[in-house]
Amino acid sequence: MSDTARGGSHQGGAGGSGTGASSGAAAGMAGPRPGGRGGHGMGGPMGGMGRPAEKPKDFGKTMRRLLGYLRPHAARLVVVFLLAVLSMSFNIVSPKIQGIVMDKLKDAFVARMVTAPAQAQGPTTLTAAQMADAQRALRSTGGKVDYAGIGRILLTLLALYVLASGFMFITQWVMSTVAQRTVSKLRREAQAKIDRLPLRYLDGRPHGDLLSRVTNDIDTIATTLQQSIVQAITSVIQLAGFVIMMVTISPLLTLIVLATLPLYILATALVAKNSQKYFIAQQREIGALSGHIEEMYSGHAIVRAFGMERRSKEKFDAINGRLRSSATNAQFVSGIMFPLMNFIGNLGYVLVSVVGGLWLTKGSLSIGDIVAFIQYSRGFAQPIAQTANIANIIQSTMACAERVFEVLDETEEPGDAPDAAMPGEIGGRVRIEGLSFRYVADKPLIEGLALDARPGHTVAIVGPTGAGKTTLVNLLMRFYEIDAGSISIDGRDIASMPRRELRGLFGMVLQDTWLFTGTIRDNIAYGREGATEDEIIAAARAAHADHFIRSLPAGYDTVLDEEAGNISQGQRQLLTIARAIIANPRILILDEATSSVDTRTELLIQKAMGNLMAGRTSFVIAHRLSTIRDAELILVMNAGSIVEQGTHEELLAKKGFYADLYEAQFAGPVTE
Amino acid sequence: MLKLLRYLRPWFPDIAGVLILVFGATMADLYLPTLMSDIIDKGVMRGDAAYIGRIGAWMLLVTAVSVLGSVVSSWLGSRASAGFGAALRERIFAKVESFSLEEFDRFGPSTLITRSTNDVTQVQMVTLMSLRMMVTAPIMAVGGLVMALSKDRSLTLVFAVTIPVLLIVVLSIFSRALPLFRSIQKKIDRINLVLREGLTGVRVVRAFGREARERERFDEANEDLTSTYIRVNRVMAFMFPSVMLVMNVSSVALLWFGIVRVDRGDMQIGSLMAFIQYSFMILFSFMMFAMMSIMVPRAQAAAVRIGEVLAVEPSIRDPESPKPMGEGARGAVEFRDVTFHYHGAEAAAIEGLSFVAKAGEMTAIVGSTGSGKSTLAKLVPRFYDVDGGHVLVDGVDVRELRQEELRARIGYVPQKPVLFSMTVGDNIRVGIPDDQVAPGDRVAPGDGGAPGDRVARGDGGGAGEPPSRSDAPADGRSVEDLVRSSADIAQATEFIEALENGFDHEVSQGGLNLSGGQKQRLSIARALARRPDIYVFDDCFSALDFRTDARLRARLREVTGEATVIVVAQRVGTVMEADRIIVLDEGRVVGSGTHAELLASCPVYREIAASQLSEERIA
Repeated sequence: MSDTARGGSHQGGAGGSGTGASSGAAAGMAGPRPGGRGGHGMGGPMGGMGRPAEKPKDFGKTMRRLLGYLRPHAARLVVVFLLAVLSMSFNIVSPKIQGIVMDKLKDAFVARMVTAPAQAQGPTTLTAAQMADAQRALRSTGGKVDYAGIGRILLTLLALYVLASGFMFITQWVMSTVAQRTVSKLRREAQAKIDRLPLRYLDGRPHGDLLSRVTNDIDTIATTLQQSIVQAITSVIQLAGFVIMMVTISPLLTLIVLATLPLYILATALVAKNSQKYFIAQQREIGALSGHIEEMYSGHAIVRAFGMERRSKEKFDAINGRLRSSATNAQFVSGIMFPLMNFIGNLGYVLVSVVGGLWLTKGSLSIGDIVAFIQYSRGFAQPIAQTANIANIIQSTMACAERVFEVLDETEEPGDAPDAAMPGEIGGRVRIEGLSFRYVADKPLIEGLALDARPGHTVAIVGPTGAGKTTLVNLLMRFYEIDAGSISIDGRDIASMPRRELRGLFGMVLQDTWLFTGTIRDNIAYGREGATEDEIIAAARAAHADHFIRSLPAGYDTVLDEEAGNISQGQRQLLTIARAIIANPRILILDEATSSVDTRTELLIQKAMGNLMAGRTSFVIAHRLSTIRDAELILVMNAGSIVEQGTHEELLAKKGFYADLYEAQFAGPVTE
Repeated sequence: MLKLLRYLRPWFPDIAGVLILVFGATMADLYLPTLMSDIIDKGVMRGDAAYIGRIGAWMLLVTAVSVLGSVVSSWLGSRASAGFGAALRERIFAKVESFSLEEFDRFGPSTLITRSTNDVTQVQMVTLMSLRMMVTAPIMAVGGLVMALSKDRSLTLVFAVTIPVLLIVVLSIFSRALPLFRSIQKKIDRINLVLREGLTGVRVVRAFGREARERERFDEANEDLTSTYIRVNRVMAFMFPSVMLVMNVSSVALLWFGIVRVDRGDMQIGSLMAFIQYSFMILFSFMMFAMMSIMVPRAQAAAVRIGEVLAVEPSIRDPESPKPMGEGARGAVEFRDVTFHYHGAEAAAIEGLSFVAKAGEMTAIVGSTGSGKSTLAKLVPRFYDVDGGHVLVDGVDVRELRQEELRARIGYVPQKPVLFSMTVGDNIRVGIPDDQVAPGDRVAPGDGGAPGDRVARGDGGGAGEPPSRSDAPADGRSVEDLVRSSADIAQATEFIEALENGFDHEVSQGGLNLSGGQKQRLSIARALARRPDIYVFDDCFSALDFRTDARLRARLREVTGEATVIVVAQRVGTVMEADRIIVLDEGRVVGSGTHAELLASCPVYREIAASQLSEERIA
């Protein structure tokens, strides 16, 4: 009976709400997530009971692959298996041993009843069989309780219990290492894999989904390895052991107990079917409600500004009402599982008590047998329910594993060609010829693009949003592979250069000012491995960031948090410039967009970028007049192709697209 | 936790029912071993088959009563806990919706979301668990003890040892494991953070070739998590075996002492068997109770967090006797010596600020980041209350107006566009005040339009086709026109019609399927659809490319006409033609006038203009 505590004990404590919270956060980052998963939170201490199981596409294949990860721990697993079998066997025989004790006691008792009836209460009418039994009892015990014998048996029993618990403890202790080391490896592989995945893949899907696979899904695998594998083994052994023990005591009584089996199956199936339905509904409503809450809270100002409170509340109430009823049903149905099982167990118990009692009077069974049998029959239901539960858990774990393996199987960025090499001397001349590229097969994005950027020159790229400016950056650094044409640096095609070294030529400052959680110092030093303190400060000075950094309470040791609310967007931009300066690249890629930066910081950024660009070939997504005018080459992009190129004066004289754009941008409102 | 209980009140009858039924069911369960011992002692020992049959029938009845009680109490408990959870969520949501930005900022959206969802779920689950087990466990423990006592008084002394031992074992394991569980959560967050940063910054990582460093950071976090997991699981490995051991040793002890008692004739064999069964029930319920009592603090923390939200009173409320909007009011906005601090901030965001934005004029606000421009924009719709001075609309302090009435007159466009997950058309329709929308056209946010909306438009889901408006109700027609023309002026029609389903295109949550500029144009269209007296554009043009920006502003005059227009901007090009430009610096007005006047008189303005315009333009 104490086994029931097992499902609840650590599963609920650890996995339950813990991972639920983090998965929620991940889902929140990426917006809505494919239904059904990440909902561990609601289950909490309820464990897996009645939870809908997700089905893997190919159970066998995934299972075999996952088992492959366990191979290094094979020796440990054998030990775990042996100990689990031993431990469970001890648990299986102990009721039988208790029964022997009971028999010894009863024999003494019966013998005493015969020899000294006065001592026993009430009138005694004994059947012939009981008389015979009593005579046997009298002969073997002489009416005395065999304390020495009972004591020996009880000591044996005690030893078995201690061993069973000890072995059980060792299995769990060992399994915690096996499970965690296994998934730790899996996590590492997933991370390393992400490193090698092409950007085309990473840009194409929500980060939340990928994150959830590396954290939540892998966590689920860990929990299953930790608990369910041993449980699966012991449950099966227990079931088999109990049936065997029951059969050796009384095949007929065993039949009675087995007759309740269909009832168990029926009840389990009924509950599972219904609870699955309600749990799915509940999960769906939780998702809908969280989505609504998230949306309304993140748009709070707008909700208030446009007086949407009432409508928003109405929708909330509708979802909340649906959630309430599906939650009620889900909890009810999963809640009656235990009483139903208990009831069926009690039915068996009553039948065994009555039939056993009747046989007992006929002397065909001993009282110890009945005692043992009752224990077996009561414990019999538990492994059945558990096995069904574990089957569910293992199935959904395989679905999780499948998702993880999917990531591991993604096509990687193709390796560098064997003869990949860098040009001997880097001058920084960039030539693009006949370049074509498309993100989606049937939507050409860049067609037949050509340009020639000489060392030290500045190439300004201008054009309306969506014209393909950022795409050009992606292609230069080989984040994406081009479909046709060529890009060469100092005469060597970048496709025949090692990616790492190619990227090392570039420095970039993007509009999306990515900094990581860490100190300002570390963030600047990110640009080059092993940068010294002096170099860091020099870079910060050149980026006009030194002053503001020093005005922060912790200076260069200021820790930027995830949202980096402690410094402004413009200041972040300056830090990324400092980072690019310290990298000392040959070629620069700059995105000038400074829409969210105040004018003073903008001036600083401008100066800093000027410092940075000196003597380097620069590609600038230009938003500023000064950049455009000073650029040696202006590329005017529209709808994926370069519609015009030349210097500022040349292009203005053309009175084409550029002149139009320029007029709109720097000449105040156009009146149409 | 206790404070939240008042929201549980409507379910007190259910809970009373649960208590009674659980009591009955537990008693029935407890009665079974006694009946069984009767079968042994009175039936088997005496060979009374009829008695055995009779008691057997009794046992069936008792077990039926037990299951019935359990099932009904499970229903009541589920209903109460789910209802309680729903009520809590409803209270929190209503409360948060009433928050002004002041209270809202104090919490921040992410924790408010957690409090409205996960925290409520925690409390709800613990309520359910309490109703299921915390109630059962004490009844079972006490009942079991009473029954055990009735079987044999002196044998219960064994419990004096086993119960404390069990409690000590369970509690000491848990008290060791719980802090570890908590730190695991932090370590999972850490792994998530490292991974997420690696993903969002993937271009930077690869550009600088720092994959190895990311790997190192990940490995560190991974190793940390793994070893903590191993530690906690090792602690938990003690749990089950040691509980089993205590229970089993206790049963061996009971057997031994019980045999002595039976031998002395103080006890019957059947009673001993029953006693051992009771001992399991008692120990089991104590263990359950110990485990439950450890879950409570976790819910406690959640309950406290919920309580914090519920305890906050919105600082901005409607006045008790609101002033009516003046007849013929046109929406002139005046800031009179306004001072404002953000909550907890030392420096004032705005200090002693005065200016007038006249109806029919465009007033532009420029200044560097942190100069208080956006703050100023947020004070007009009364998202915050000023600390000193007055914000007046048509001469009436905004604090003397009903919030809804005030905001119905304002078309506010935030710096960062916010769209909702509904159709493009519905997103614009949000701008139209309720009283101007036909009931069928009411928009439920995130719903993709109320059902009536679709019916009224006779839109059978014709993909790609703009919904036909011929059969729309009379004022539905004007609503549609309003939406159309607003989109047009906001330069949004072209891209909307290029979308699949056009105006019926579903905007995904957070507007992920639209570009920044597209979102901004829809957000502007939404404000235009309001046809308000006062427009507040909080730096919303800078996300647009220059051409679109210029076209949009050129057409704006069509609708703004006699309205007051307040434009917060970064680009001088955007504000050059304003009737009046207010230059802010560190929360104060440092210049005011037209472009030409300011170029002559205001150095801050000159500096801004110089960085953005060509010389010939400045002059």
